[in-house]
Amino acid sequence: MSAIQPTQNAALLQVQNLQVQFATNDGPVYAVNGLSFALHQGETLGIVGESGSGKSQTALAIMGLLARNGRATGSIDYQGRNLLALSERQLNTVRGSQIAMAFQDPMTALNPYLTVERQMTETLQLHKGMDRKAARASAIRMLDAVKIPAAASRIGMYPHEFSGGMRQRVMLAMALLCEPAILLADEPTTALDVTVQAQVLALLRELQKDMGIAILLITHDLGVIAGLCDQVLVMYGGRVMEQGSVAHIFHQASHPYTRGLLGAIARIDGPGGPLVPIAGSPPQMGQLPAGCPFAPRCAWTDGLCDAQVPGLQDIAVVPSEPALRYPAKRACHRPAALLHLGPSAGGAHG
Amino acid sequence: MWKYTLRRILATLPTLLTVITVCYLMLHMTPGGPFDSERKVSAAVLANLQAKYHLDLPLWQQYLYYLNNLLHGDLGASFRYADWSVNDLVAKALPVSLLIGGLSMLIAVFSGVLLGIWAALRQNSWVDHALMVFCNIGGSVPSFVIGPLLVTVFALWLQWLPSGGWNEGQWRFVVLPVTLLAVINLSTVGRVMRGSLIEVLSSNFILAARAKGLPMSTIVLRHALRPALIPVISVLGPLAISSITAAVVTETWFSLPGLGKLIVNGASNRDYTLVLGLVVLVTFVAVLFNLLVDLAYALLDPKIRY
Amino acid sequence: MAPAARSPWLDARQRFMRNRAALVSLLILALIALVCLVGPWLSPHAYDDTDWNQMGIGPTWDGWHLFGTDELGRDLLVRTLIGGRVSLTVGVLATLVSVSIGVAWGAVAGFVGGRVDAFMMRIVDILYAIPYLLIAIMMVTILGRDFYLVVLTISAFSWMDMARVVRGQTLSIKSKEYIEAARAIGVPTHRIIFSHVVPNLLGIVVIYTSITVPGVILTESVLSFLGLGVQEPMTSWGVLIHDGANVMESSPWMIWFPGAALTLTLYCANFLGDGMRDALDPKTR
Repeated sequence: MSAIQPTQNAALLQVQNLQVQFATNDGPVYAVNGLSFALHQGETLGIVGESGSGKSQTALAIMGLLARNGRATGSIDYQGRNLLALSERQLNTVRGSQIAMAFQDPMTALNPYLTVERQMTETLQLHKGMDRKAARASAIRMLDAVKIPAAASRIGMYPHEFSGGMRQRVMLAMALLCEPAILLADEPTTALDVTVQAQVLALLRELQKDMGIAILLITHDLGVIAGLCDQVLVMYGGRVMEQGSVAHIFHQASHPYTRGLLGAIARIDGPGGPLVPIAGSPPQMGQLPAGCPFAPRCAWTDGLCDAQVPGLQDIAVVPSEPALRYPAKRACHRPAALLHLGPSAGGAHG
Repeated sequence: MWKYTLRRILATLPTLLTVITVCYLMLHMTPGGPFDSERKVSAAVLANLQAKYHLDLPLWQQYLYYLNNLLHGDLGASFRYADWSVNDLVAKALPVSLLIGGLSMLIAVFSGVLLGIWAALRQNSWVDHALMVFCNIGGSVPSFVIGPLLVTVFALWLQWLPSGGWNEGQWRFVVLPVTLLAVINLSTVGRVMRGSLIEVLSSNFILAARAKGLPMSTIVLRHALRPALIPVISVLGPLAISSITAAVVTETWFSLPGLGKLIVNGASNRDYTLVLGLVVLVTFVAVLFNLLVDLAYALLDPKIRY
Repeated sequence: MAPAARSPWLDARQRFMRNRAALVSLLILALIALVCLVGPWLSPHAYDDTDWNQMGIGPTWDGWHLFGTDELGRDLLVRTLIGGRVSLTVGVLATLVSVSIGVAWGAVAGFVGGRVDAFMMRIVDILYAIPYLLIAIMMVTILGRDFYLVVLTISAFSWMDMARVVRGQTLSIKSKEYIEAARAIGVPTHRIIFSHVVPNLLGIVVIYTSITVPGVILTESVLSFLGLGVQEPMTSWGVLIHDGANVMESSPWMIWFPGAALTLTLYCANFLGDGMRDALDPKTR
């Protein structure tokens, strides 16, 4: 068997040691603490975590859209430039045309006072220099691609005249209009019901294949991750707890938090049994503990866990193509062997 | 659109009718008033009253005659002046009030919107703070304190402008009254515009628009302005109503022969019917203005469809 | 570790205490009220005393005419304080009347609901559309300028905001789950009203009361300024400003002292109202 070499693609987007903090009346809040990852062309990276884990702020930091009191440090390299160092004007040449973002709630993310046509053609006019007619034609084509029926007659309508699922597709269409290299999808399915979710995911898969874009998918839903991602980052308290290929995360996860997440979801493919929630509640981002952020809820802690933040370390895995392409890492003081007790174990084992 | 307009017009009728009826009835109950047998008026005035108000008929008939008169634009007879009807007096005073009121409202809205936008875009800068202080002062210091201030500075100290009077509307006599009213109204418009734009700029769809790489100027003009103007438009109605108070004070203070001065004089003179006629007229204008504002509001907001 | 539970009233008091503008305003208002109440007793002048030696002079230490005198030799400081008594009294009385009407109107409309509610609110809408000054002028023309009638006239147009807000709050309370729950476990209606509805109304009533006060004082001043407010021999700040306006060129102190007193009071009342709103409004929490 020939050795499998990792592919040598240069990363499209390289994030190194991203820290995002917000200045508040009660002191600084650290939303993201030392996040690093690489996104390559044509692949999908999923960031999964609870609300407040810092995942949306990561996307906003990439786009340079943090709130006024937010500061991002570290580096976000795209095409040889650090996005964090760019001016607003320079960023505007990247936003929408090279890196696009689809927001979580399409009802509030679409301007209720403008027609869909206006909101779509303006990006084409801005970034591609098209005239109104050409832009409209292009927009209609895109709406067809996302399977909006009767796109030509619908395009003149206002957002509130579309259903929830259609709005999400419009949102996606808008993001992909200028054929960006990267799509940041923030919770693209959260506001939708399950059947529509499946449709939207299938749509994303198809569009990715057709357009060859890289997708950064942010979600709290593991099912969505399983359906779409190549690589996964599990975040908690602003830090990466575990990362690796999607197969690794679902079958060989060895971080207590990841195991907890997996144990809390219903699976068709495993033995049936009660769902085991993770005890405790998400951390207050302004009052993170000194050690591992998950320690207060972890069933496997020892003294070191509360005192020192664990660094992200490589895990030895069975070599396979995905494993080499997406090296697995975990941030935990406790040895992996302690947790390797088969697939979907919950947190009850000691 | 027309059905909506019609519905809005119909909605204003109860207001008008209530005001007219209540005032009319109040007048009837006034001792020494026009409908009281104890009234002390000259024969000429009595003749006028008789002609307009049909004093000898039963109440409900008088009332109907009165409404009929109103529909024909006849505001009634003065209780004090035999030679002039209310309409005559109004005809002389209306242009003055329209000029001062209209001009100041235009200036206030225009500059209020512009300044509000500027302050919102430069939130927490010196421009913003200066505007807020200005609006604060203009909004809470009473008009009859700002008026004397203006007169003291511009008429007494600098001697650039006259301290009062009308002089047939020569521009120098118009400046200070218009400034006073404009300052008062601008304070509200500016504050609302600024607050509303700040709120719109913090919405999700503005964030999404920024994510598309649109420059700020486009975002403000195309995405933010329309929703931000809506609260401003809807405040214009109540603003017009409350600025009537300021207008009356302004006309009194600067001795301008407008409707405000007319009504105050009428009240001191106990010219009941004049006051009644003016109240009805101004209420009508106020209701009309509110109606126009409602219609403008409906035009701006696509979610209101008729 | 969950943060310690805090009662909303304690929360509100804390927020209020942090608001320096509101605290200072409260202090100044209290001071003004105190001085207006007690000052005239301490002054060597009565408000209609004529000082033949010093007519129409500016502020001076001589003869304790700290604000100056008018053309009849009456001490302006004392008159300003007496005027303050009247302005503040009218303010308090009219606020009480207007708050009572507003709370009752709004609570009934919100609680009963349905067509009664629609009708009552229609009346409020109509009143909003009417330029109050004109009606006030009309009422004063017809009814005369008796002190209590002036208070009534002012109250008649100041209760609508309160009614609207109380109605809204009542409606929202009525539909809250804890009311349903209370009813479900058999708590009697009057107990529900006192333990659940009233405390939740109190916050908003306090806010709007503190917002009503400056409006009412202003209304009285406007009426008095136009010569349609309280009558001689009573004086109020509005009357003093009216008188002072006539002699502004020769005796500017006649208008500036009462004007400053009125403006300062209004400012402080406004800040206080804002402070109350920031402290108590659940939406800004």
